[in-house]
Amino acid sequence: MRIPANSLVSGWGGFIAMVAAGLVLMFSLPQLLDLFGIVQMTVFVAMAMFALSQGFLWGYGGIMSFGQAAFFGIGGYAYAVSVINLGESTTPVLIAILAPMIFAALLGYFMFYGRISDAYVGVITLTVSVILFELVNSTSGNEYHIGSAQLGGFNGMPGVPPLNFPGDASSPLEPEQTWYAAMGSLILVYVLLRGILASRFGRVVVAIRENETRAMLLGYDPRLYKLLTFIIAAGIAGLGGCLFTNWGGFISPTVFGLTMSAQVIIYVLVGGLGTLLGPILGAVLIQYLMIQAGSQNVVDPNLGLGVVLVAFVLLVPQGIVPMLRDKLLPVRKPAPQNAPAGKAVEAGR
Amino acid sequence: MDLIGLLAFNVLTGVATLVLITLGLGVIYGMMRVINLAHGEFMMLGAYTAVTAHQAGVNIWIAMLVLPPLLVGLVGLMLERTLIRFLYGRIIDTMLATWGVSLGLTGLMATIFGNVVRAVPTPVGSFAIGGYGASLYGVVVVVAAVAGLAGMLALLRYTKFGLILRATMQNPNMAAALGVSPPTIYMAAFALGSALAGLAGGILAPISGVSPGMGAAYIARAFITVLGGGPAIITGTGLASSVFGVINQLVSFETTPVIGDVALLAAAILMIRILPQGITGRFLRRSL
Repeated sequence: MRIPANSLVSGWGGFIAMVAAGLVLMFSLPQLLDLFGIVQMTVFVAMAMFALSQGFLWGYGGIMSFGQAAFFGIGGYAYAVSVINLGESTTPVLIAILAPMIFAALLGYFMFYGRISDAYVGVITLTVSVILFELVNSTSGNEYHIGSAQLGGFNGMPGVPPLNFPGDASSPLEPEQTWYAAMGSLILVYVLLRGILASRFGRVVVAIRENETRAMLLGYDPRLYKLLTFIIAAGIAGLGGCLFTNWGGFISPTVFGLTMSAQVIIYVLVGGLGTLLGPILGAVLIQYLMIQAGSQNVVDPNLGLGVVLVAFVLLVPQGIVPMLRDKLLPVRKPAPQNAPAGKAVEAGR
Repeated sequence: MDLIGLLAFNVLTGVATLVLITLGLGVIYGMMRVINLAHGEFMMLGAYTAVTAHQAGVNIWIAMLVLPPLLVGLVGLMLERTLIRFLYGRIIDTMLATWGVSLGLTGLMATIFGNVVRAVPTPVGSFAIGGYGASLYGVVVVVAAVAGLAGMLALLRYTKFGLILRATMQNPNMAAALGVSPPTIYMAAFALGSALAGLAGGILAPISGVSPGMGAAYIARAFITVLGGGPAIITGTGLASSVFGVINQLVSFETTPVIGDVALLAAAILMIRILPQGITGRFLRRSL
């Protein structure tokens, strides 16, 4: 078996079940929920996409980005600026994915080819998101514009045109159709990531996470693999940012904020590190709770986020999905005699 | 000529500010290897201490220079006992947990004081450099930074506590075998670093607005300066602050403060590509 089959969420059966469940949700929710519910679910999906980016980068690549919001924000702004200039949304979506990837390639080159340690990667990504926040925040005034798009500084960019049918600018998507587009792309990205992880490339990425020196001695260049993982994750975050902008027709510098980067780490941590389902569930769960908590005005929401983060680090460091998996499937068959010994490590994640 | 004088003064103030915000992190991160993402919030607590004490009628100098380090040092001590000590050696977990603390403190202060910017009056006036006026408070910042560096150097080099501290950071097992209790030393070091952060917050309160989110503005600069400085915390902090402070102030002078910050951070990323171990990882390795 290429992938350990003894866990529900990483075997082939689990994969098919996941995609099926996603498709069922995609087509049944519009029947079950009212318009407000669907719009709400669309932003959950945008954030789940963002969480998937962080979950892939951190859980599989072993790269700790504390500023993934930078790519989310670049994606969102790239979409907003290009759709205002072009008036049609097909190319802007591609730009929203490509722009963060190019930025990640530049930044990642300096980080990974500089061979700085994991913790420094965290600090530098954090720094970069702070720079972007300050930079975009300072662009208020009419002189800051890209083409016909005013950047608007702290006030952000209102009135961003929504997605339209590919190639036809005159027919924008209805909220329900936007939901299909968002959920459809989430399923697509999930399938893509599973494909990547099952491929030779994905297995090298995981091998580097497990033991960088050993992978290097076997002839793989960890710098290149880390850089590529970083770029892929940036593209996914950019798509999430594009969906997010599209959801509210609005984007402001807060997308680059530390709260944004913190939130996505919490989604992954709560959902489960080293799974793809975990980040998605974590994103939906935490956002639901945040909305519930946001309806009261006694306590600042940051306080709640902070408490959740500390509690999970101390008490449930593996996250909900792996914990449930271990609880529900407690007995593992011993690995077959002919299986390489190293497999057990991967199965344990 | 006057303009050059003013610019030099601004550069000096900028460097001193960097030294102040970095020194506490130098102890906590540079020595203890604890990535404390709540460093900015410790400064924020220090600034709030200064504001609150000043409003309560405490002498402004005591409110700025004495109370913040005491109070924030105490907060650091409690945090080390309840949270950090369980996470030594787990770098990523420490980052996550201290980030949680950072968000929690921001949220807590926003809940108590509201999301508004407060201010402390500057206790000293201004003076003239040729035809230009400059705030005398810049001199206070510079003096505080020099005193901070000198004080830390004296503490680490000439006191018994400093010797034990350095020995424990170098080899905790050997220190324990010689009768030192490493957990106590770690606790003291964390409290010391927190107190220095509190002091920085108190001193910078009059020149920066005091708000719950103010820590975020400092954290990136502080970390990048510690990273740029490398393993020798005092020499490293001094050198890296000088390099980054000069770049920051000169670019700010030519363009805007925001572009100045961007230049600082860009320079830092470039420097980490060239000197991954920081300045003192390559040069002046035997310094302190």
